[in-house]
Amino acid sequence: MLAYIGRNIALRVVLLFIVSVLIHGLIHLAPGEPSAVDPSNPRMKPQDIAKIRAAFHLDDPLYLQYVYWVRDLARGELKSFKDNQPVLGKIWRRFLNSLPLFICSTLIVWTLAFPVGIQAAIRRGAVFDRSSTLVAYALISFPGFFLSYIMILGVVEVFHVPVIGLRTFGMEGATGVFQFMDRVWHLVLPSLLGALGGIAILSRYVRSQMLEVVSQDYVRTAKAKGLHQDVVIYRHALRNALLPFITMFGLLIPGLVGGSVIFETIFAWPGLGLLGYEAILSRDFPVILTLNVFGAMLTLIGTLISDVLYGMADPRIRLE
Amino acid sequence: MNTMNRLVPSVDSEKLPPPETPWQEFLRVYKKDRLAVVSSIVLAILVVVGISGKVFTEWVVVFDAEVVRLPDKFLPPLSMPSVDIIPAPDLPQLGVYVFGTDELGRDVFARMLQGSFVSLSIGFVAVGISVVVGILLGGLAGFFGNIQLLKIMTVDTLIMRFTDVMLCIPTFFLILTVVALLPPSIYNIMIVIGLFGWMGTCRFVRAEILALRQQDFVVAAEALGLPKTRIIFRHLVPNALAPVLVSTTIGVATAILTESGLSFLGFGVQPPYATWGNILTDGKGFIFDAPWLFVIPGMAIFVVVLAFNLVGEGLREALNPKLRRR
Repeated sequence: MLAYIGRNIALRVVLLFIVSVLIHGLIHLAPGEPSAVDPSNPRMKPQDIAKIRAAFHLDDPLYLQYVYWVRDLARGELKSFKDNQPVLGKIWRRFLNSLPLFICSTLIVWTLAFPVGIQAAIRRGAVFDRSSTLVAYALISFPGFFLSYIMILGVVEVFHVPVIGLRTFGMEGATGVFQFMDRVWHLVLPSLLGALGGIAILSRYVRSQMLEVVSQDYVRTAKAKGLHQDVVIYRHALRNALLPFITMFGLLIPGLVGGSVIFETIFAWPGLGLLGYEAILSRDFPVILTLNVFGAMLTLIGTLISDVLYGMADPRIRLE
Repeated sequence: MNTMNRLVPSVDSEKLPPPETPWQEFLRVYKKDRLAVVSSIVLAILVVVGISGKVFTEWVVVFDAEVVRLPDKFLPPLSMPSVDIIPAPDLPQLGVYVFGTDELGRDVFARMLQGSFVSLSIGFVAVGISVVVGILLGGLAGFFGNIQLLKIMTVDTLIMRFTDVMLCIPTFFLILTVVALLPPSIYNIMIVIGLFGWMGTCRFVRAEILALRQQDFVVAAEALGLPKTRIIFRHLVPNALAPVLVSTTIGVATAILTESGLSFLGFGVQPPYATWGNILTDGKGFIFDAPWLFVIPGMAIFVVVLAFNLVGEGLREALNPKLRRR
């Protein structure tokens, strides 16, 4: 078991190294440059640009730039091009902001997707199945920001609550309950919108897994024994249908960085996605690179956890 | 042969209907899914609209999407142009602004028509690229997987580890980064969306080919001494295409949505090209004054993406032999 985990960690470290080289090369070879953000600024003289380029090692060969980047990152000294703040600190603060959003969306996804998917599978071909299919596909077919704008308008018109940002400005002096409700209201829309895609995809997945399991012999045996429908479905069938979701767990994590760009931009939610967007706008290479690698690292950790959990949950899988 | 005849003596083979070809079976199952049938009709109409959009707004300019008519700005759908102010050649072809006008008095109907071609071609070209790359790499990994490279690793290991690398990168964020750094161009957007979307196809194709290679007909083809190219293109690829077809259909939908997301963030297709994504993005600024500028492109994207998704779902059901028999 330990050897298995050790080998997997080693493999993932190698993967992470390749990812970082790939992303580094991709971003530095693309033509946009940090010094080209504001070419029309008359105060930017050629010698200033040269100074900036030297300070950020932009004139060095690519492999040296990579070495500098990894060295600074490892020492925790990597500074943002934009405001000279340490990158790791920036990312950590934004990560703490993104985390509640991510946890809420994930909870919404899991609590809604499972019952819907299971019911759809049990009633295959019935009205519920077909309408849930239609609704699931409808949810992922809206452009995210179109739906967000409409829902913002609706919520603000109907409930008269502010929803943009992390909290309402000036609420710091309010009593605990009000502050708490304010935070909750600001959390509802972005996490719900972020969850819609997940609900649609996961509920379809649950459905197809259940269909696969329900037709197996042991489920038929359980039915033939005269067990109650609920016992058959929830105790016998669901357990095996659930196994692949351990894998899904690992695949959900990259959404923490990538999936949230649009929603965090709309809701002015100062999380990782918005940080990435701002970094892209200002060609802030250290932040962009570190965010991408951070996302890849989260995914690798997620898949590692799910591999190990899978091995523990399913006795048919042998970890050598 | 004799035993066979003795075992099934009573079946009169002449009265049985001829066995269904796979194609007929597919059609029979697909037709049952009414949503998918309606969606395929929607898509057929859409393709016609897209092509006519290219023809009538650029080759034979019937609907000019770029005419600016300042007296007629922000007119709601189905309103009449101000005939006495606007010169006759600039009047809308249909005599009425079917979808209204935008902040420059441009005809939204003409812009949507023009955008339909651009949006669709982004979807198809991006997915085309990812499918070609996916089939190529997946086919290589599946068929030539056990060839050793430099005695370190096999072709299969190399390709599949590379796929793993691509899968663990946050895709949308990287697409956004690359599109933002590259000079703004519609081709860059297509290529970038395509190059970051082939991983699923690659895995499907590899898995299918690995499974197919064990089957008798491929073993027989190899035993007959058929050339490798014939085995690959004639026997393996057509059989491995079913799951690719499903992921292609859904991929087009995803690509259209990705394009609108990029437009929203300001890195989409730049003017003068109109796409549904950037009409929608421009429209969001006028959501109170001219809601049709926001609702029409939004609903158009919604309907089209939904249609692609439902067709994909119908194909999945109809092509999945496990689900088919029940």
